[in-house]
Amino acid sequence: MATYILIATLKVVVVFSVFMLIVAYLSYVERRLVARFQTRIGPNRVGPAGLLQPVADAIKLITKEEIFPDNANKLLFLLAPILSLVPALLIMSVVPFGDSVTLFGHNIDLIISDIDVGVLFVFAVTSLGVYGVVMAGWSSNSKYSLLGALRSSAQMISYEVSYGLSIVGVLMLAGTLNLMEIVENQSSLLDWYIFKQPIGFIIFLICGIAENNRAPFDLPEAESELVAGYFTEYSSMKFGMFFMAEYAQMVNVSAIVTTLFLGGWQGPLLPPVVWFLIKVFAFIFLYIWIRATLPRFRYDQLMSFGWKFLLPLALLNIFVTGIFMYL
Amino acid sequence: MVPLSYYLVLSAILFVIGVIGVLINRNAIVIFMSIEIMLNAVNLSLIAFSQFMGSPAGQVMVFLVMAVAAAEAVVGLAIIVVIHRSRESINVDDVNLMKW
Amino acid sequence: MTLAIFVVLAAVSVISALLVISQKNSVISALYLIVTLGSQAVLYFMLGATFLGVLQIIVYAGAIMVLFLFVIMLLNLKRDEFGPDRRKGQRVVALLLTIFLAVEILAALKIGFPGHTALAGPSTVTGAPSEVARSLFVDYLYPFEIVSILLLVAIVGVIVLVRKRI
Repeated sequence: MATYILIATLKVVVVFSVFMLIVAYLSYVERRLVARFQTRIGPNRVGPAGLLQPVADAIKLITKEEIFPDNANKLLFLLAPILSLVPALLIMSVVPFGDSVTLFGHNIDLIISDIDVGVLFVFAVTSLGVYGVVMAGWSSNSKYSLLGALRSSAQMISYEVSYGLSIVGVLMLAGTLNLMEIVENQSSLLDWYIFKQPIGFIIFLICGIAENNRAPFDLPEAESELVAGYFTEYSSMKFGMFFMAEYAQMVNVSAIVTTLFLGGWQGPLLPPVVWFLIKVFAFIFLYIWIRATLPRFRYDQLMSFGWKFLLPLALLNIFVTGIFMYL
Repeated sequence: MVPLSYYLVLSAILFVIGVIGVLINRNAIVIFMSIEIMLNAVNLSLIAFSQFMGSPAGQVMVFLVMAVAAAEAVVGLAIIVVIHRSRESINVDDVNLMKW
Repeated sequence: MTLAIFVVLAAVSVISALLVISQKNSVISALYLIVTLGSQAVLYFMLGATFLGVLQIIVYAGAIMVLFLFVIMLLNLKRDEFGPDRRKGQRVVALLLTIFLAVEILAALKIGFPGHTALAGPSTVTGAPSEVARSLFVDYLYPFEIVSILLLVAIVGVIVLVRKRI
C-alpha cells in the first residue's frame, strides 16, 4: 500500500512538473512560431534566444495590480480561473505515456490512473471546463463579459457533442474504453486508427480546436471582437491562469489525439516516451500553424458548422463503421 | 466494507432534503434543483441495490432515469423562461391565474 | 478506510444539499448542487459503478447544470426578493410534514427487508460499461428506444414552447 502511494505520488509530481513546463514554454514557442510565419523574429531578447521570456511574463503577471470590478461576486470571480485550469490539468491523469518500466524491482505503468472508462473520463472533465468560462463571464458584472461567456460556452457545449461522437468509431473498432488497451491495439503502423477512421480523426481534431476556443474558432476571445470576451475584467495572475488553461487544453487535445488515433507511444527505435512527445509536439505545431494561417469563423457560421455539418458527418461515420464491421 | 443500509439511509436523507426544498422554496429554479436532488437520492439507492444484488438492472434503470431527468429539466426550464417572459417573475406564488 | 471515505462523502453530499435549498442567490445554489452531484458520482465509483459515475458527471454536472446556469444568468436572477409568505405558517407545516416523512422512511429501513439481513458487501461488482451495455441493449431494449423518442419529443417541445409568436 505504501509503495503504491509512493509510486503514484512520484508519477503525479513528474507529470505535473513536465506538463506545467510545457505549458509555460508553449507561450514562448507559439510567439516564435507565429512570428516566423509572419516573417518576423519574435521574442529573442530575454535570456539566450529569448528562452527566459515565460519567466519574465510570469513575473510581470504576478506583480500586476489586482483589479476587482464593482459589484462583482468576489467568490465566483476568484473561483472562475481555478475552475478553468483544474479540468485542463486533470485530463493528463489518464493518458498513457509509455510502456511499463521496471524501477527498483517494481513494475510501473507509465500512466497515472488506468481506469476502465478512460475515454469517458476525458469527456467528463472536458465538459467541466465550461464552468470556468460561464462563471468568469457572469461574475465580472459586465455586459461584454457576459455576452462573450455565453457565446463561448454555447460554442463549447455544441462542439462537445460531435467531439464525443467522432470517436465512437474508434471505440467500436477497439472494443474497450481503456486508453492503455486502445494504444496497445495499435501496435503496428497500419493498425493506427488514423488510417481506419480518417473522418473521425478530422472531426475530432476540428472539435478539439473548437472546444479549446482556439483559432479559427476564437471569436469569443479575439482581441478585435467583444473586447477580449469573458476575461475582459481579469488582471494579473487570474488572467495568466486562463491562458495557462488554454495552452494546457491544447496539450491535452494533442495528447488524446495521439493516444486514440496515432498509436500513443508506439514507435520503432526510440523509447516510447520520446515517441509520445514527438507526436504531441507535432500536433501542437499543427495547432499553431492553423492559428497563424486561417481567418476566424463568424459566430453563426461556427454554430451552423458544428450542428449542421459535423454532427451528421460524425453520425454517418458511426453508421459506415458499423456496416464495415458487420460485413 | 460499507453495509447496504448506510447507503439507503444516505439516500433517504437526501430525498427528504429534496422534499424540504420543494416545499419551502418559492423560486421556481430552486424547486427544480430540489427535484434533481430527489432524483439523485433515488439513483443512489438504485445503484446500491444493483451492486448488492449483483444485477445490472438497477444501473440500466439509473441510466434511463438520468435521460428522463435531462428531458424533464429541459422542458421545465423552458416553461420557466416562458413564464418569466410574460410576467417578469419566477415566484411560484405568482403563477395563480387558474386558482379560484 | 472505505468507511471513512464514505462518511466524508456522505457529509459533503448532505451539507451541500442543505446549502442548495437554503441560499438566497440562485447561482450559489446551482454551484452547491454541482458539488452534491460530484460527491454522488464519487459514491457511485465507490460502489463499483464506474460507467454510471462518469455518466453522472457528463450528463448531470456537465450538461444539465450548465443549462440551469444559463437560464439563471439569462433571466438575470440575482437575489431572492419575494416578500413574506402568502399563507401564514406554510413553512412550519412543510417542515413538520417532512420530518414525518423522514421518520417514516427511516422506520421502514429499520424494520428491514424480510429475508435479507444486513447485506454486507457487494456480491458481484457489475459496473463495467460492457455489462451495463449488454443489459441495456439485450434485456431492456424497449425502454431504451422509448427514452430516445422521449428525448426527441423534449427537444421539439422546448423549441415549440419558447418560439415567439409574432
